[in-house]
Amino acid sequence: MLLRQVEYARPETVDEAVRLLASREDARALAGGQSLVNVMKTRVAAPELVVDLNRIKELRSIETGPSGELVLGAMVTYDELIRSPEVQAARPILAEVAQTIADVQVRNRGTVGGNLCVNDPTNHLPPLCATTGATMTIRALEAERTVSSDEFFQGVYLTAVTPGEMLTRVTIPARAAGEGDGWASVTLGKEGTGIVNVAATVSDGRARIAIGCVSATPIVVEAEADEVSVRKAVADASLDPPSDVHASADYRRHLAQVLAWRATSQALEGAA
Amino acid sequence: MPEPVTEQTISVEINGEAYEQEVEARKLLVHFIRDVVDLTGTHVGCDTGNCGACTVLMDGKTVKSCMLLAIQADGSKITTVEGLAGADGELTPLQRAFSASHALQCGYCTPGMLLSATYLLEQNPHPSEEEIRRGIQGNICRCTGYVNIVEAIRSAAEGNA
Repeated sequence: MLLRQVEYARPETVDEAVRLLASREDARALAGGQSLVNVMKTRVAAPELVVDLNRIKELRSIETGPSGELVLGAMVTYDELIRSPEVQAARPILAEVAQTIADVQVRNRGTVGGNLCVNDPTNHLPPLCATTGATMTIRALEAERTVSSDEFFQGVYLTAVTPGEMLTRVTIPARAAGEGDGWASVTLGKEGTGIVNVAATVSDGRARIAIGCVSATPIVVEAEADEVSVRKAVADASLDPPSDVHASADYRRHLAQVLAWRATSQALEGAA
Repeated sequence: MPEPVTEQTISVEINGEAYEQEVEARKLLVHFIRDVVDLTGTHVGCDTGNCGACTVLMDGKTVKSCMLLAIQADGSKITTVEGLAGADGELTPLQRAFSASHALQCGYCTPGMLLSATYLLEQNPHPSEEEIRRGIQGNICRCTGYVNIVEAIRSAAEGNA
């Protein structure tokens, strides 16, 4: 496949990268390329300039902060997430879910930052960021800001990262004592694209639930962590999911309730 | 700050041989491997990142070479299916097992399958059937129904090839 003519730059620091991203009206950050390169093939995206973030070492680190929180560089791959002892210690659900993303080759290239910034409604990490209280740090030329997942995810393929900016890191609080995380999804084929994805975090008998694939951004509901309350909270959220060849809107609404309870049950087991 | 370019000379090592070549920024790695280096064992199947026929090892990890720009491979070491057998042409145990177990019919997916299986056995020399199936999840075969491919990988892992 022949892509449209494109300029390419390979910065080695975040400073260089944001300067490059700000240098053209239509510059795009190239992370793992597992989405962007494909949309460039179809010419749905035809950026003037791609800024390849793969050689920026500072974006590849996985660190534990002073309160035990995980600090993930935007260019950490799914494979690195899965193998990380820091992730296992602080928030093992991330590795457990990353293990089910696409396939081996995609996990070798695809990145945390790419997953979040693409913000496809079927992506795995946005609901997990919403339930775990993750914050996203965005760099612009002269400024840096940190936003919550509520602010970060803005629409289909749309986030708080505006042209000329880039996501540099994601900070995820460590799982507290008595806190548990869960994930449940119904997919197209085993471990394929989600028809509905649900993440849940339980603490002190309360569940925080984020439902993916039913709206432009994850839908967050809170409830007492029992089946009746969880199902009611999801029903009361008046979900308006898409209907397509894989599932009707009604079926997605049904799945959202069932999976919300499954994810909450798993979180309760983890919290015990 | 690096100047944006539309073409650049890249150095890549493929199957132990060094290549230095000017490439356009828009050229996909798979086309560089097939059309410039003339190693046509790496196939283009779906061109959408799903089928895995274009799988190669890049710096020791499997990647789908249709989802990388060739320019991104600058400085890397790549192994394609042509690089698996020894210099004397002796097949690897996995390649022998694919032949012995009849793990291919049309052969289109085989190069990618072999690289995914090679990577799997490097990571996990004694995989369960479930682990083998997960290991080749990114490679689609429309002929075999996978049974003989799984069997070939298992038999290579057990040293029976």
